[in-house]
Amino acid sequence: MGKSTIFNSLTGMHQHTGNWPGKTVANATGKATINSKDFLFVDIPGTYSLMSNSEEEEIARDYICFGNPDATVVVVDSTCLERNLNLLFQIMEMTENVILCVNLLDEAKKKKIKIDIKKLSEDLGIPVVGTTAKKKRTLENLKQTIYKVCIGEITPKPNKVIYEKIIEDGIEDVKTALDEVVKLEGKEHYKNDFLRWVAIKLIDGENKILNSIKKNTKLQIDYPKITRKVEEVRKKLQDQGITEKNFKDKIVSNILYKSEEICKKVCIFENENYTYRDRKIDKILTSKVFGIPIMIIFLAVIFWLTIVGSNYPSNLLFSFFGWIQDKLIELAIFIKLPEWISNMLIFGVYQTLTWVISVMLPPMAIFFPLFTFLEDLGYLPRIAFNTDKFFKKACCTGKQMITMCMGFGCNACGVTGCRIIDSPRERLIAILTNNFIPCNGRFPFLISVATIFIAGAYGGGSSILATLSVITIILIGIFLTLIISKILSKTILKGMPSSFVLELPPYRKPQIGKILVRSIFDRTLFILMRAIKIAAPAGLIIWLLANIGINGETLLNIIANFFDPFAKIMGLDGYILTAFVLGIPANEIVLPIILMCYLKSNMLIDMEDTFAIGEILRQNGWTIITAINVMIFTVLHFPCSTTLLTIKKETGSLKWTIWSFIIPTACGIVICILTNFIYHICIV
Amino acid sequence: MTLNQLKLENEGKILNIGCSENIKRRLLDLGLVKNTNIIPVLISPSGDPKAFEVRGTLIAIREEDTKKIEIKI
Repeated sequence: MGKSTIFNSLTGMHQHTGNWPGKTVANATGKATINSKDFLFVDIPGTYSLMSNSEEEEIARDYICFGNPDATVVVVDSTCLERNLNLLFQIMEMTENVILCVNLLDEAKKKKIKIDIKKLSEDLGIPVVGTTAKKKRTLENLKQTIYKVCIGEITPKPNKVIYEKIIEDGIEDVKTALDEVVKLEGKEHYKNDFLRWVAIKLIDGENKILNSIKKNTKLQIDYPKITRKVEEVRKKLQDQGITEKNFKDKIVSNILYKSEEICKKVCIFENENYTYRDRKIDKILTSKVFGIPIMIIFLAVIFWLTIVGSNYPSNLLFSFFGWIQDKLIELAIFIKLPEWISNMLIFGVYQTLTWVISVMLPPMAIFFPLFTFLEDLGYLPRIAFNTDKFFKKACCTGKQMITMCMGFGCNACGVTGCRIIDSPRERLIAILTNNFIPCNGRFPFLISVATIFIAGAYGGGSSILATLSVITIILIGIFLTLIISKILSKTILKGMPSSFVLELPPYRKPQIGKILVRSIFDRTLFILMRAIKIAAPAGLIIWLLANIGINGETLLNIIANFFDPFAKIMGLDGYILTAFVLGIPANEIVLPIILMCYLKSNMLIDMEDTFAIGEILRQNGWTIITAINVMIFTVLHFPCSTTLLTIKKETGSLKWTIWSFIIPTACGIVICILTNFIYHICIV
Repeated sequence: MTLNQLKLENEGKILNIGCSENIKRRLLDLGLVKNTNIIPVLISPSGDPKAFEVRGTLIAIREEDTKKIEIKI
């Protein structure tokens, strides 16, 4: 843990870090120069082990084994050294040039854990460096050690785990056979350690690893001589009660016992109750009475800060871009650009583009740092812990709740966040249902409509009613997430039962500076760039539709009229539905498009005054039922284009992207038709 | 007895893990092997899962899995 932080400090890169394992999914690389020698660092996924064959572990294992690194730095959390040594021993089994980096020494100090680094290094037979990410000096030490190992000044001699005699004999037998084959083939460049590791894997018979060995090396492990030897050894082991099933357990247990033994020697727990503070906090945050309310309060505060806080910067951006727009118009006149071209570029492309930036940037720039703060603190796994039961009933995992919380900020981010879910089936469910959670872009619209029609209907001052209606809509979204997840896992995504084994990491003091940089660069700007790419062409299309006409009627009108009969069944009208379709680049522009249509304007319209908006909407036939249906459809419709692109990227499949489009849209249409129907029956 | 019967703050020792293969693997990775001490310390608001202290770390496991972990006190 803390691996990505170390990687970033070494290379100056901004790999996103979070307080849970398994953040890095693909290998990231970065360069650094130590003593005027260039080094290439590869950040491989963090795992607990290299034996359970999850996607990250495979990537990590393949890189260590076959990527020919000059050295492998294993970063472990000093506050739970024992558990992490497990991984170290597994890596030392595959490769020799290992450096152990005992990170978060400051946290250990706080918990009064003392680690004898020198003794640890002696016992392990490899260089060990203690680091504190905040202290530059400790990192310099790590750099120098890496340098020395790479140029051969230090040669690590790992003390491997020695297994029971019978197993060791078996390993030796298979290794001898391997040695002979290697010699025969004249490929003597395989290291002893590597061959020993291959021998263990051969006895174990793990096909995935063996296939990987076949694919990445020229080692002939299918050679009859070897296969025969392996069979022989397995038989011998079986006679001693070591079956195929418990062979691996023996290996893992031995490694763990060894870790335990070493830890006892090098760690001193001056305060036996070192987890006391964490437990005390946990007792409150996961308590029966307060656990869930506290979670809701945390999230509510974040949303509130986001919505209130982004108003002012949004307006500032609007006026700034508006000012540039005026200058652009002047410029167009000055260079005598034909009016239709300048209108198309300025009122079409430029205006939509800047609109999307102005409305998207501030809320994300506020939401993500706050969310990353909770993440860094270590609170998110507790959310999963608190809510797992509900998700278990829906045949998925509590981790889905974390991705849903991210979805409140931005569904595209929520979809990316689904990487934390191990099981491919559960990950897909989480991706497909993420859009049921209204993101930042849909919130203000929901609030406006609720304020105008629901609070407004019952006289002024009933903002509580508006708030309640927004909360109801969100709860419907969450409820549907669970229902749809359940339906998916019973139909098109049948398969392995859900599982939930999750580490709740120690609480950590968040590093504010890093949070700001990371959340803004990795999340906010990343998403914004994707949105911009789509907003520009979409702006052009919207402008063309509003300005090109057949027989005096704009294309926009024609489309709206086409949708109208269907939209009426849903309790909406043609313009609203058209606005949702055209609003696909960003949900924020749905309301401006609606206003543009109603006012027969040929460009997007921004209005500050909710009262004035209300008047326009009422004049165009909106009633309370229109408002309710609009709110429902806002939560339940196709994901925005950025999210769709992200889903395509994450699943790598067009099929699932289409499903993610159809599922929420179908729900929205059905529910809107139902509410409309029920409302009209009740009224009549 | 099995792990789900162990009372909060009481220590047990793991005898056998009878969970399905992939969960068993994951538990082994997290350090749950024979003779490891384990203490239930937290219960989620809805009663399941529970969190256990194992080798200085905190690990949440569902009841359906703790039922299959044999322990002794």
